[in-house]
Amino acid sequence: MNRSTIDLWVGVFVAAGLAALLFLALKVGNLASFSTSQAYQVYAKFANIGGLKVRAPIKSAGVVVGRVADIRFDNESYEAIVAMNLDAAYQFPRDTTAKILTSGLLGEQYVGLEAGGDGVMLKSGDRLRLTQSAVVLENLISQFLFSKAAEGKDAPKDAAK
Amino acid sequence: MILGNLVAALRARLEALGGTVTSAVWRLGFAARFLAYLVMHSGTAFRRFRLTTAEIYFAGVLSLIIILVSGLFVGMVLALQGYTTLQRYGAAESLGVLVALSLVRELGPVVAGLLFASRAGSAITAEIGLMKTTEQLSAMEMMAVDPIARVVAPRFWGGVISMPLLAALFSAMGVFGGYLIGVQLIGVDAGAFWSQMQAAVDLREDILNGVIKSVVFGIAVTWISVFEGYDAPPTAEGVSRATTRTVVTSSLAILALDFILTALMFTGGNGK
Amino acid sequence: MQQSPIVEIEHVSFGYDASRPVLRDVSVSIPRGSVVGIMGQSGCGKTTLLRIIAAAYRPSAGRARVLGALTTELDREGLFAMRRRMGMLFQFGALFTDLSVYENVAFPLREHARLPEELLHDLVMMKLQAVGLRGAAHLMPTELSGGMARRVALARCIALDPQLILYDEPFTGLDPISFGVIVRLIRNLNDSLGATSIIVTHDVQEALGVVDYVYFMAAGKVIAQGRPEEVRASGEPFVNQFVNGRPDGPVPFHYPAPQYGADLELAA
Repeated sequence: MNRSTIDLWVGVFVAAGLAALLFLALKVGNLASFSTSQAYQVYAKFANIGGLKVRAPIKSAGVVVGRVADIRFDNESYEAIVAMNLDAAYQFPRDTTAKILTSGLLGEQYVGLEAGGDGVMLKSGDRLRLTQSAVVLENLISQFLFSKAAEGKDAPKDAAK
Repeated sequence: MILGNLVAALRARLEALGGTVTSAVWRLGFAARFLAYLVMHSGTAFRRFRLTTAEIYFAGVLSLIIILVSGLFVGMVLALQGYTTLQRYGAAESLGVLVALSLVRELGPVVAGLLFASRAGSAITAEIGLMKTTEQLSAMEMMAVDPIARVVAPRFWGGVISMPLLAALFSAMGVFGGYLIGVQLIGVDAGAFWSQMQAAVDLREDILNGVIKSVVFGIAVTWISVFEGYDAPPTAEGVSRATTRTVVTSSLAILALDFILTALMFTGGNGK
Repeated sequence: MQQSPIVEIEHVSFGYDASRPVLRDVSVSIPRGSVVGIMGQSGCGKTTLLRIIAAAYRPSAGRARVLGALTTELDREGLFAMRRRMGMLFQFGALFTDLSVYENVAFPLREHARLPEELLHDLVMMKLQAVGLRGAAHLMPTELSGGMARRVALARCIALDPQLILYDEPFTGLDPISFGVIVRLIRNLNDSLGATSIIVTHDVQEALGVVDYVYFMAAGKVIAQGRPEEVRASGEPFVNQFVNGRPDGPVPFHYPAPQYGADLELAA
């Protein structure tokens, strides 16, 4: 095995390895999407963000228009402040509603934007006024149980009359 | 009388255990100093890069076949097994996500690391051990050439450079194997396969972390291989035992480091 | 003009671990230009003495002065500089198995001198010619016989024209022809290079034919020394037994054991 053959094969090997890394980055990961385009940041406060995570998608009409950048807790209003990076190509009116929705029944959570009718558009640093928190399963169940229990209390009273 | 014997036997066992632990700790310290010396005297390995290139050939290129074939098969098996389970929950379109994440985050670095340890790691240990046994290393010292700089360091850097490349090739082949089985054979929608995968696999979180893992594994495995070879008793039996030790210790190290790194990388930032 | 000895070992003691000394108060002096033999049984410490001369080990007591410097005072730079003027032939050659014969001999030249390829080629060919293996330059060490491998190692040893050549059991396992070749080479190379050679061996008869002076060692001490004729005629019992290859004498035939009769369980 002479020197030039070794060099050739090592070159092929390193090139193949880098190509594999590139393949993984482009075709398998999400390098090609979002992170390279321009974005502006807006905020929204939620009473409960449920299972929302950083980098969760922000969708409007089902199309991904941005990503959640940061999630923090406001110690004064005791609410969650979510910072969102929206693609600069899309403009939303100031009275847009932000809702935390779940994809599928048990899937991951994302932020859904429903555009309002205001003529003025959101700028970087603005806050969305209208928000709807995530549906927390435990609250739903306890609501359901209470309403069932209330019906049950009324029924014996009616029966007793 | 019997109690006395029992106590003496127990004490002997404890002393032996203590001795094993102390000698293991001592050996770890010795290995750490060896690594430090090796890194500080790596000048030759980089100035005369031909030496390191030859080692990249022996460690990396000659491992290509086993890595590529194993990657392909692992990807194919993931697709088969994954499809059976996902389909039950109507989530068959997430097959791409399953295959890609499993490979990039875990299986790529770990399995490639294990294969590398058993193929290249044992070869490095055997080679260095044999050079020690046949006095080639002593002869080099007598000729005023530092054997660690000339023989050990190129092998170390050759392994460290090869390992991440091999892990990436393993993952890429695995994804391709998953595609072959999932899309071509089973019939999952190609568009869903790739788009869901791209949405779920993040460059920084998943791919970069996988690369970091493979670099860490490469350093650990190659360090163990060169140290065991250099420290092997200069007999046939000594070298053969050192080779076995390399494979066993490297495999355990990979799995332990994998746990630590996974805990740090993939759960540490999930407080939000 | 009397030059100082090239190697002076003064009252050196050494042990791999403190409880078992391998060398006890050894004093040896090697004059320049001579071929000196250090002989003795296996385990008498002669190889260790050679390693001390090569500065691979430091004496725990006494001084070793080699090529004008005290080995205990050398730093890494000094040690490497000293070793470039020394050559050591290992017992079985210790050729680099992944390099060809040519590359093996070229190794010290490549590592220590920046030479253009043509000059390097000529030097390697000259060294191989001196040992008679110029035609084998393209072979790999695995293709060589034991004697040939040792000759290539010798060529590698003298690649940098050393002033001091150390031989560690150079005659082990050689057939009579190769034996004669090596013996002749040791003497010729020494004289043509103007070097000094130290041979550690237990092949008495052949060594006595080539050396100028001999040291006999047993159990870590020098027990006899002299010129070959003196040694051959020596009345010293151990030297006599060693030189003439007698099975019994100061070194007994029987390993210490209890009474023979008792071992065979006969009546005492």
